[in-house]
Amino acid sequence: MGEVTELKGQQPACQTDDGAGATCACAAAGGLEDLYSVPVDRRVMVIGGGICGITAAIDLGNADYRVVMVERLPSVGGRMLQLSETFPTLDCAQCTLTPRTVESGQHPHVTLKTCCEVVGLSGEPGNFRVRVRQNKTYVDWSKCTGCGTCIQKCPTKSYALFERDAGRMTAIYTLSPQAVPNKPVIDADRCRYLTKGKCGVCAKVCPVDAIDYEQQESYFEVEVGAIIVATGFDVYDWKTKMPELGGGRLPDVIDGLTFERYLSASGPTAGRMVRPSDGVEPKEIVFIQCAGSRNPELHKSYCSKVCCMYTAKHARLYKHKVHDGQVYIFYIDIRSTGKGYEQFIQQSVSEEGIIYLRGRAAKVFQEGKKIMVQGADTLTGKKIEIAADLVVVAAALVPNEGAEELAEILGLTCNKDGFFVEEDYKLSPVDSGSRGIFIAGCCQGIKDIADTVAQGSAAASKAQVFLSTIRRQKKQAV
Amino acid sequence: MKYPYFPGCTLYTKAKKLDDAGRECSRRLGFELDELPDWTCCGATFPLVNDYHIAMSGPTRILADTKDQGGSQLVTLCSVCFNVLKRTNVVMRTDEERRQKITDFIERDYHGEVEVLHYLQVLRDEIGFEQLREKVVKPLTDLKVACYYGCLLLRPVKEIGLDVMENPTIFEDFVRALGAEPVDFPYKIECCGAFQVVHSMETATRCSRDILANARLNGADLVITTCPLCHFNLDDRQPEIRKGDPRFQTVPVLYFTQLLALALGLDAAELGFERNLIDPLPLLREKGLA
Repeated sequence: MGEVTELKGQQPACQTDDGAGATCACAAAGGLEDLYSVPVDRRVMVIGGGICGITAAIDLGNADYRVVMVERLPSVGGRMLQLSETFPTLDCAQCTLTPRTVESGQHPHVTLKTCCEVVGLSGEPGNFRVRVRQNKTYVDWSKCTGCGTCIQKCPTKSYALFERDAGRMTAIYTLSPQAVPNKPVIDADRCRYLTKGKCGVCAKVCPVDAIDYEQQESYFEVEVGAIIVATGFDVYDWKTKMPELGGGRLPDVIDGLTFERYLSASGPTAGRMVRPSDGVEPKEIVFIQCAGSRNPELHKSYCSKVCCMYTAKHARLYKHKVHDGQVYIFYIDIRSTGKGYEQFIQQSVSEEGIIYLRGRAAKVFQEGKKIMVQGADTLTGKKIEIAADLVVVAAALVPNEGAEELAEILGLTCNKDGFFVEEDYKLSPVDSGSRGIFIAGCCQGIKDIADTVAQGSAAASKAQVFLSTIRRQKKQAV
Repeated sequence: MKYPYFPGCTLYTKAKKLDDAGRECSRRLGFELDELPDWTCCGATFPLVNDYHIAMSGPTRILADTKDQGGSQLVTLCSVCFNVLKRTNVVMRTDEERRQKITDFIERDYHGEVEVLHYLQVLRDEIGFEQLREKVVKPLTDLKVACYYGCLLLRPVKEIGLDVMENPTIFEDFVRALGAEPVDFPYKIECCGAFQVVHSMETATRCSRDILANARLNGADLVITTCPLCHFNLDDRQPEIRKGDPRFQTVPVLYFTQLLALALGLDAAELGFERNLIDPLPLLREKGLA
């Protein structure tokens, strides 16, 4: 970490390699040949392989820059991969995302480094040296052909983080059938062989001997001229922080992202609308907006921005699946300030028969098979109690896990909620304040897909501006 | 261990059994409640108006007395007294301007040095529930208990800090230590109607009915509380509730110290149950506890 402080001071660093890196030791990391075919001032690292990072990477690749994209998960796509359909057009998220993930995977100038995390940084703006940890996958991807036999034969099926408890996944898995790269990894916590030493089915059935239970994590370094950080968001820990909402004790109280998995045609229920506890189709469903958002006393003071829209979307998608179902939405006020967003809300109310109740839900608890929701309708001034089959909590969105550690490594600043601070909110929204490092997407502040993609492109553009400035300065120096 | 103790008015009258059982149990558990001499009323409500300093002079004097006697802690049994004393103490600790006015008025020097503790906190933090479990002589096996917290024991959480506000568990942990089974009880922090009973009996009846019905629905044999006012509403309103709804099943309401006394081997006949409108003795006999 000594390297980090060195960077924070923006002092000239020891590394001054600016030549075409055929001679560079870093190329030994493997798969980075294309990256090192150009000088360092034409290489960019993108941290985070969600829709934001993908957009930035493709833009840069198309502009003839060389990009290395570092993603913590086994494949790119990010949160959008978990979504069902997107507002305000109700396009299938997978269908709009997959062409982009595939493009990022096949782009001649974009190198994917998945299951990887940035652990160190040295060098200077225009010539960064980034240390990356390659986490264990237990599969030798250089051998793996992606045939999927191991996944079919894996005997372990258990709840997995990606499905958000909505369904089970095998212990050796890819995040989606269209995963990019389409190579499986083993979840060490759930794998029978790695936890109990018995099984080994995947190793037996693999036709190319790619399974490697002994695999160790490794490290490599990459030299790039600029860095784009797009590490995205996570869901607020409402289960432990909001006991009034059942606090995770009630199986039929779930958050919005979990509900996305139930709605998704590629989700664990194949899009069939059921509730977690007994698999019955819910007929009365309550949505609770602003759960943890806009609550400076106890939770997050900010508005999570996308919940009004995605809750309306959830309600409509639910109505499309359960025609005789009744939807209630508790809201504080509706924030629908995007193109076509207000019309989307209006339609939800007038055409889909969704009941909006202005007020917060105060308490959620189990009574028999029903989930009782108590709240207030502040328009009529009455206390309301609804006996629901399923409750969906639009929980606050927070920066992704590890954002603060990454900020430490890269020398970025976080605000009190953990979002990266931009140089100027209005005029330099993607500049991080550290030269050569740019921030984009939800790691800077919660935003919807349209804004995220716009920022991804903006960051790609700003990175190019920065690197061409560096090139010009070098030329003048010569 | 000796703790300065503030009983409060109600514990000398209507809630005498809360006090009696609490004192007896403390002896059996090896600590002493040392009643403050010449104590006065705590004020019974914490003033919600910022400049209503006169209402805080009473509790401040009580706290200053504790300090002058060399006490660093002050124990209460009543939720209301606990709430008023604890919150007054927070003001004395943190708000210099108000502290100045109040201490000038009562001519005492007090900066919030005393720590206000509820009896439950002594059990949890000083004795320990595990140690309590070992001292139980008559485990309350098969007894299903609804732990009713009410408001004043917990709120406002930033000042009181006894437990999590929305899903507290200290009472359940206590009940488990006695060998009884706490039931799931979503209404455990609902309002009992409190002082509304004075001018809108109907409101208090409705609030109490919802709480008790929910306790029954979840299989509770009895309800326990720390608060004389909650006890009054929950116990006293039951004949009225029954009048409105003949299907309503009555539930005995006990003070937590009475339950503790039972588990520590005190005779049920000594616990003042004759003051309960809904007599718990038939239930306790049925469970072999009386």
